[in-house]
Amino acid sequence: MVNALNVEPRTTAMPTLVMTGRENDTVVAADASGSFTLSEVSVAYGRDLVIEGVDMYIAPRSVTALIGPSGCGKSTLLRCLNRMNDELGNVKVGGKIMLDGQDIMGKDSDPVELRMRVGQVFQRPNPFPMSIYDNVAYGPRTQGIRKRSELDDLVEDSLRRSALYEEVKKNLKKHAFELSGGQQQRLCIARALATMPEVLLMDEPASALDPISTQQIEDTIAELKASVTIVIVTHNMQQAARISDQTAFMLRESMDEPAHLIEMSETKKIFTNPDDKRTESYITGRFG
Amino acid sequence: MNRVKRARLTEQIAKTVLGLMAVTVLVIAAAVLIYIVSKGYRAINWEFLTTRPVKLGREGGIGPAIGGTVWLVSLTALFTLPVGILAGVYLSEYAARNLLTRSIRLAITNMAGVPSIVYGLFGLAAFVMLANFKVSVLSGALTLTCMTLPVVITATEEALRQVPQDLRHASLALGSTKWRTVRKVVLPASMPGIVTGSILGLARAAGETAPILFTAAVFMSPQLPRSPLDRVMALPYHIYAEVTSVPNWSEDLIWGTALVLVAGISIVSVAAGVWRSIQRRKIRW
Repeated sequence: MVNALNVEPRTTAMPTLVMTGRENDTVVAADASGSFTLSEVSVAYGRDLVIEGVDMYIAPRSVTALIGPSGCGKSTLLRCLNRMNDELGNVKVGGKIMLDGQDIMGKDSDPVELRMRVGQVFQRPNPFPMSIYDNVAYGPRTQGIRKRSELDDLVEDSLRRSALYEEVKKNLKKHAFELSGGQQQRLCIARALATMPEVLLMDEPASALDPISTQQIEDTIAELKASVTIVIVTHNMQQAARISDQTAFMLRESMDEPAHLIEMSETKKIFTNPDDKRTESYITGRFG
Repeated sequence: MNRVKRARLTEQIAKTVLGLMAVTVLVIAAAVLIYIVSKGYRAINWEFLTTRPVKLGREGGIGPAIGGTVWLVSLTALFTLPVGILAGVYLSEYAARNLLTRSIRLAITNMAGVPSIVYGLFGLAAFVMLANFKVSVLSGALTLTCMTLPVVITATEEALRQVPQDLRHASLALGSTKWRTVRKVVLPASMPGIVTGSILGLARAAGETAPILFTAAVFMSPQLPRSPLDRVMALPYHIYAEVTSVPNWSEDLIWGTALVLVAGISIVSVAAGVWRSIQRRKIRW
């Protein structure tokens, strides 16, 4: 019996890395949380079907890039994973989406609990108008954590994971708006990490940033993938190629029909030897 | 004259005309203010502000009228702010786009358009007579509340609309409920706008005569009300009553009363403006 989204106790929500003692001594995650399985997922805005028949498996502790031309439904599909489409009104999602085997759209599943497990970073940095500390502590406080020492630890830990801590540790009381755009985005990543999510969704997180900040965000993603599953929407194909383990190419071939998942496999394969001709034309820049 | 020159001239004319209009507004405002100050300043002293009127207001002070207006505005704020702000939050954050919502909005627009004397008449019928609160601070404040509510609701909605959608989504995506999002992010971020709008609405309430004419005001009262069921003197009504009913009313004292009313409202508005600009430095998108 699947008790959908009955969140695990916090102590186990933090993924633990365990040496498995294989001969090549690779580190693999013992606890396999943070995987998504999508079957026959479709999305409609009102009467307009915009995505149809998406089947997808997203492995835990991996980086999955969603690519495709503008309007192909990448962001919409991303928002299915934390049910943020619920907040847009008039959006209907069909099919089945399982997070670690639990149906996230089932009757017992609650979007509020889901979103503590599946964090999101938005396209434009959107820190709250409050201090750095309060921004990061917002999620944990929502979960009911009040103890100062516990919050302090979470804030520091999250800022370290998003590689912002060294730059801001002297003054965590500073107003978030005083940070640069790149720092604000890493603050937003820290804020999302503070609820200890298993999955982090990123909707073009670097598209509003300069190249150096983009580089820092990409480095952060590379670090984070050891502990969280990352799904990233990007317009930038070099970025997808650099940071992701697998890549999904979506395409809406005309406005009269919904978008489909054209192809999904290892990033290397998508960028060197894709199965579908449309994927090849897209990645070689023939359209989009 | 070639095309570029003509365009430049047109631009120059447009700029001048627009500027003149803006200056005209400033001149009118300044003229009104200067006139009131020049006519009224002679009456202002501590005794005038604190003592009660003598000889039907031809001499003495306006202490009870100042106190009465403060009573009325405070009670009005107490009623208006919670109802108005919460209704504004509902309309902006929760209301579905349906017939009910459209009806509520239409009602609010209409409420804002009702003349203040009609509110006075309504207050007389509803609060003074039907609810039997008599002519009292309570009846007057409730009447002023009806008049001020649409202003506060509209100001709240407008201020909430300024908060970027991204911030709401950020909070929801962290597993916050809608109510928590409103309390912790949306309301704090829109507070400057809500406060400024509310103060403008209350300032208007402070200066209105018609709504309190039949519901709260009394011509002469030696002291402040001891309970909300007492009737009060009030600054705008004092001016009205003196000018219409007292032969040989003192011009100095009445202009002084007007100055006190205008200065009081201005001080509160300016204070709100300063506070708002300080907040703005902390909250910008």
